[in-house]
Amino acid sequence: MSSSPVAVPQPARDPARRGADERAPAGSDAVVCVTGLSKVYAGGFQALKDVSLEIRRGEIFALLGPNGAGKTTLISIICGLVNASSGRVVADGQDIVRDFRAARSRIGLVPQELHTDAFETVWATVSFSRGLFGKPPDPDHIERVLRDLALWDKRNNRLLTLSGGMKRRVMIAKALSHEPGILFLDEPTAGVDVELRREMWELVRSLRDNGVTIILTTHYIEEAEEMADRVGVINHGELILVEEKTELMRKLGRKQLTLHLREPLEAIPPSLSAYALELGADGHELVYSYDAGRNATGIAELLTDLKAADIRFRDLHTDQSSLEDIFVSLVREKR
Amino acid sequence: MNWYAIRAIYAYEMARARRTLLQSVVSPVLTTSLYFVVFGAAIGSRITEVEGVSYGAFIVPGLIMLMLLTQSVSNASFAIFMPRFSGTVYEVLSAPVSHYEIVLGYVGAAATKSIILGLIVLATASLFVPLQVNHPVWMVVFLVLTACTFSLLGFILGIWADNFEKLQFVPLLIITPLAFLGGTFYSIDMLPPVWQVVTLFNPVVYLISGFRWSFYGMADVNVALSLGMILLFLSVCLTLVWWIFRTGYRLKP
Repeated sequence: MSSSPVAVPQPARDPARRGADERAPAGSDAVVCVTGLSKVYAGGFQALKDVSLEIRRGEIFALLGPNGAGKTTLISIICGLVNASSGRVVADGQDIVRDFRAARSRIGLVPQELHTDAFETVWATVSFSRGLFGKPPDPDHIERVLRDLALWDKRNNRLLTLSGGMKRRVMIAKALSHEPGILFLDEPTAGVDVELRREMWELVRSLRDNGVTIILTTHYIEEAEEMADRVGVINHGELILVEEKTELMRKLGRKQLTLHLREPLEAIPPSLSAYALELGADGHELVYSYDAGRNATGIAELLTDLKAADIRFRDLHTDQSSLEDIFVSLVREKR
Repeated sequence: MNWYAIRAIYAYEMARARRTLLQSVVSPVLTTSLYFVVFGAAIGSRITEVEGVSYGAFIVPGLIMLMLLTQSVSNASFAIFMPRFSGTVYEVLSAPVSHYEIVLGYVGAAATKSIILGLIVLATASLFVPLQVNHPVWMVVFLVLTACTFSLLGFILGIWADNFEKLQFVPLLIITPLAFLGGTFYSIDMLPPVWQVVTLFNPVVYLISGFRWSFYGMADVNVALSLGMILLFLSVCLTLVWWIFRTGYRLKP
């Protein structure tokens, strides 16, 4: 896949946009505003419970949550695939129900499943998407998108002849065909190999660099950790938190200092009881957990006290809890 | 109005017909021609004329209407059922397209295909029997109105059906029998008195009668009534489509 920036210019600031800007909340850079959104399906299942969320222009926002948490329902409502039971969504200043044409023309969607018309060619299906979103034919733009997604050589191939990874790229090309300013990626790397996943990440970053706001849902916490500017965690239809990724990891991330001892300990001396240390590896390791967000981590005092207790170590290392650890603990807490 | 979207859907559907030319054009034309040859030859040898028109020529409007009804329903139902079945309908539903534009694209393409097929059958029939069209404008009006109405019915069917069996149910078990019993191959006057009354409950009778009138000036029922019935079906179908989109029936949960 090419690493050049993907051909997605910023949406033109036309008169309609100016009107939209006037309706946007004052002082807000939010490009998607979700307010009090709830969804109860016909069977009575409540998929979303009073969800409110703001997505900032130009960011990569990762929506995390276990299966059935409500991620896809949220995206589907914003994109017009599912009717909300209550609440309001404004996309780029346009109400998604009242001003559905203006709102939807600014949104691109790459669904989780590979929904493709197997007998169509790559070129035909991408061109169809552009027309469907109300844009005049622009073969140059379609060519740029296909080249950037390494699909140009396959433009005359039927979709049924393509691999899963290529079909995924075709889905992205279709979503980009009408030059959207907001792109929803629902599990974009589900079922793709590691190499393609890396390429997808590069692609997403290049889209963001070109001014496209990206909202992605993912099961892969690594993906959110790698790419997202902000993270939202949803569970049982409720938005548990929305936070800057780095801030989230700083606030909720715990660090561990592991000391590899020269001589094994049978028990932790009483003089070190204030540190809540743990013994590991049959007494060869001493583990100290601390809050990385605090200024005083207690490491210096611990080392001093260890020396005083004549406990010597030959090596040490630190570990930081991943976003996955944080996510798991958040979801577990809310059960 | 999102004309680009209407054009995209319409062109996409027409391209699908071109891709499947054998199934879309050759098969229905061949089937109708076989009806024409077999019924025309078999029954035509016993009934030489119906109200002054040779039997071969008499059945042509009915056969065109039979093909028009079944093809309109099949084309439109398949056009919307397949995207639902494969999941690609997500794109249409998330696009800046109104319900009317979606209907215009799909139903317009289905009706166009049926009309083209109708004209091909008409041209083919003219090779075998002497045809006359007394009211060409009305012939086109009946052709277009019927194609649009039954394409709308097919669109509704394609949304209602959740499997292929249901998709085939209406064309095979309702439309075709009604067309066969609706005067395709005979005039109502040829039936016993009781069946003459019963057959008036068959809506297809009005369509075939009106269409045949545009050819030969003969009709089983009043032409105005035929036109009124088509417009009534059209209104019912439009109302149903409006309700489907308003409620999101089987399209939007």
